[in-house]
Amino acid sequence: MSLKIVVLAKQVPDTRNVGPDAMTPEGTVNRSALPAIFNPEDLNALEQALRLKDQFPGTTVTVVTMGPGRAAEVIREAMYRGADGGYLLTDRAFAGADTLATSYALATAIKHVCPNVDLIIGGRQAIDGDTAQVGPQVAEKLGLNQITYVEEIQTLSNSPLKGEEKKSPFKGDLEGLSIVVKRHIDGGVETVESPLPCVLTVNGSAAPCRPRNVKRVMKYKRCLAPMELPQGTGFGDLPYAAEYEKKPYLKLGQLSCADVNADLQQCGLAGSPTKVKNVENIVFKAKESKVLTGSDEDVNGLIKELLNERLIG
Amino acid sequence: MMNYYTDISEIKFELEQSELMPRIVELKERSFEDKDQYDEAPQDFADAMDSYDKVLDVVGDIVANVVAPNAEEVDAEGPHHENGRVRYASKTYENLAAMNHAGLNGMTMPRRYGGLNLPVTVYTAANEIVSAGDAGFENIWSLQDCIETLYCFGNEEQRQKYIPRVCKGETMSMDLTEPDAGSDLQSVMLKATFDEENNCWRLNGAKRFITNGDSDIHLVLARSEAGTRDGRGLSMFIYDKRDGGVDVRRIENKLGIHGSPTCELVYKNAKCELCGDRKLGLIKYVMSLMNGARLGIAAQSVGLSQAAYNEAVAYAKDRKQFGKAIIEFPAVQEMISNIKARLDAGRALLYQTARYVDIYKALEDISRDRKLTPEERAELKQYSKLADAFTPLAKGMNSEYANQNAYDCIQVHGGSGFMLEYACQRIYRDARITSIYEGTTQLQTVAAIRYVTNGFYSQVIQEMEKDLPQPSLKGRESSPFKGELERVFAMAEKFNACTAAVKETGDQDVLDLCARHLYEMAADIIMCHLLMQNAAKSPELFGESLRNYVRLAQAEVEKHNCWIKNTLGE
Repeated sequence: MSLKIVVLAKQVPDTRNVGPDAMTPEGTVNRSALPAIFNPEDLNALEQALRLKDQFPGTTVTVVTMGPGRAAEVIREAMYRGADGGYLLTDRAFAGADTLATSYALATAIKHVCPNVDLIIGGRQAIDGDTAQVGPQVAEKLGLNQITYVEEIQTLSNSPLKGEEKKSPFKGDLEGLSIVVKRHIDGGVETVESPLPCVLTVNGSAAPCRPRNVKRVMKYKRCLAPMELPQGTGFGDLPYAAEYEKKPYLKLGQLSCADVNADLQQCGLAGSPTKVKNVENIVFKAKESKVLTGSDEDVNGLIKELLNERLIG
Repeated sequence: MMNYYTDISEIKFELEQSELMPRIVELKERSFEDKDQYDEAPQDFADAMDSYDKVLDVVGDIVANVVAPNAEEVDAEGPHHENGRVRYASKTYENLAAMNHAGLNGMTMPRRYGGLNLPVTVYTAANEIVSAGDAGFENIWSLQDCIETLYCFGNEEQRQKYIPRVCKGETMSMDLTEPDAGSDLQSVMLKATFDEENNCWRLNGAKRFITNGDSDIHLVLARSEAGTRDGRGLSMFIYDKRDGGVDVRRIENKLGIHGSPTCELVYKNAKCELCGDRKLGLIKYVMSLMNGARLGIAAQSVGLSQAAYNEAVAYAKDRKQFGKAIIEFPAVQEMISNIKARLDAGRALLYQTARYVDIYKALEDISRDRKLTPEERAELKQYSKLADAFTPLAKGMNSEYANQNAYDCIQVHGGSGFMLEYACQRIYRDARITSIYEGTTQLQTVAAIRYVTNGFYSQVIQEMEKDLPQPSLKGRESSPFKGELERVFAMAEKFNACTAAVKETGDQDVLDLCARHLYEMAADIIMCHLLMQNAAKSPELFGESLRNYVRLAQAEVEKHNCWIKNTLGE
């Protein structure tokens, strides 16, 4: 048994180490001041996909990412860790997309590159927008079940599920199979089952992603998407040009709006009902203060409070 | 730290700035003959260097995000002894899994066995980086370089059987020491007998102090020639844990490197294979094994020195007394700049040694496939001698430096450093073994002393004096490090005079007594030169360390000079 898995990944500015120049005076993210990284929870998602690939040889893991040329770094990073390949979804028409337009573009691309997908896995949310909307919207647009906040994939099973299955126009190879996962809920975990194909969004509390494999790094380090080449040049103009002829895997997949037959009205700014009206700087001020003494009682009280607030644990 | 490789510019410098590197890569890659057969093989020199950089980036990342954060817990838990087997500390398995996923095993092995075909110099850098995160874990992981000995002396069948397994992450150990055979390995008594019925060798007896003694594949030194008592009766064997017959009797309780299990082993008719020829076990194979291991300990020591430096700087910047950070006080500053000076000088010596090892090993490997040209034979001889002369310097000096640096690191921490809550106490305990195992510093001196008496170190120093780095050091007069240069010249004169005076006595006991002092003088001067070569290329990285190190080295040389003179005068 082997699966066809699509991993949704996003390149994001590293908002975890923010300096004073992280925002522009206009209130947008100053991308040049923050290093671009693989969205952390998408790495957790990739790990879940790679574990299935370990377990079921022959499984393919394909990364789909939307962004400018440099976002192809996410595909390379995923390939260093074990993904088979990927597609950069890039087009001026995709620019300015909110979560609705993004999920439309991603869903359209998945239908195009992997029409018989068995499993779509993404991170719960990206650290730049923090919406957690894209995964669920992709599921809705493809008419698939979704399981959010996944912590661990337990098994694939072929026991028929009780109740009515969600009708999907979308046929995977493994129809009839279902997946059992543990998902994070407030104060515990829940084990749920869904027929394949379906969409999972993975929580940051899931297993961290395995490191890059050095042989794969050496093999794939020259992988490039056409968009990354200097304007007006081709693969033939690059150093080691002959390599790109000999090793087709060095050319990463790239898809435009037209490539995936996307409806322009639903893409980018045009397809985004969300408009940012105003951004305000918030300065945190202490609302109330509490004075604690060094007594055992106060110290114990503080520990309990911090534990309850999950500030320590 | 975010990345234990990219955050430390000195390592990248050592890797890239040597004139020997193009030759090393050319030899190791055999003029890039693998490039059409293996997707990951480099196309040319620049491509190879880029790959090395990327490999070490992965190592630095894993150390920063997995190995170093696990270090305290591994140290506190230590390994467990259960039913004659070893169970590592739980986080050790996490470290090993990360290294295995990254494919950081069999790093120097040829690609046809699944290896990465990296030069020893690059592997040395990886070793140093892992050690900076957790020297105890480095101990387990770096035992992979035992495979080098199996590759050199095993037959093709053994190579094909074992090397791919090590490349996939199976661990190794070298079973040498016994209760009555430590420094004196000639006394090894573990019995190897040939079992005619099953057409294989059998091992019976015990070993002690075996690092990672429950490993998957062991190289074992045993007495195959009944009735002999010296090194000529010893052979080397490969024991495969899958065959069974070796149990762990106990795990030692140690001062440091807690993550690394040190085992007492019992061999009960354990099936094994002869590696190489009978009787050459100690005199040829273990000598080769030990030389590789000593370079490994030198790298481990440099990693510990780097860790000591990191911890000392971080604490001194953070800790405020008398209204300012303690790093601003000259007395603290001096300790920190001494750590840095010894670190940079020792590291320069480490990598120069690794490069010498690389050239001679690669040529030796080529000689297995074809006859070397007369020029190549001369090159092999030259670098083999340099490697042999430099390895005991690199191991002895760096391990002593790691101890001094760890000591100073605790001193910078003051009272807090004596409490068990800062990393410096672990570094201090871990460093202590480096000047003991794989040959104590005293034994490094024994290995090195003939290069003092036969004038080889003097010759090396003379060539360094003649061959001052271009262009800024061209000529003593115009050098920006003129003052340092003059003092290093004067140190060499003292070293030569001391050597001559000791030799003049014609008394072996006097030579043995003075050996450590002469050894250190040679090492100090060589490190001054190496650091000066670095500073000439990158004054911003090494200028300050050079000034500090020459100051330290001059005082040391003066001390030894004084000691020898007084000893001879008695």
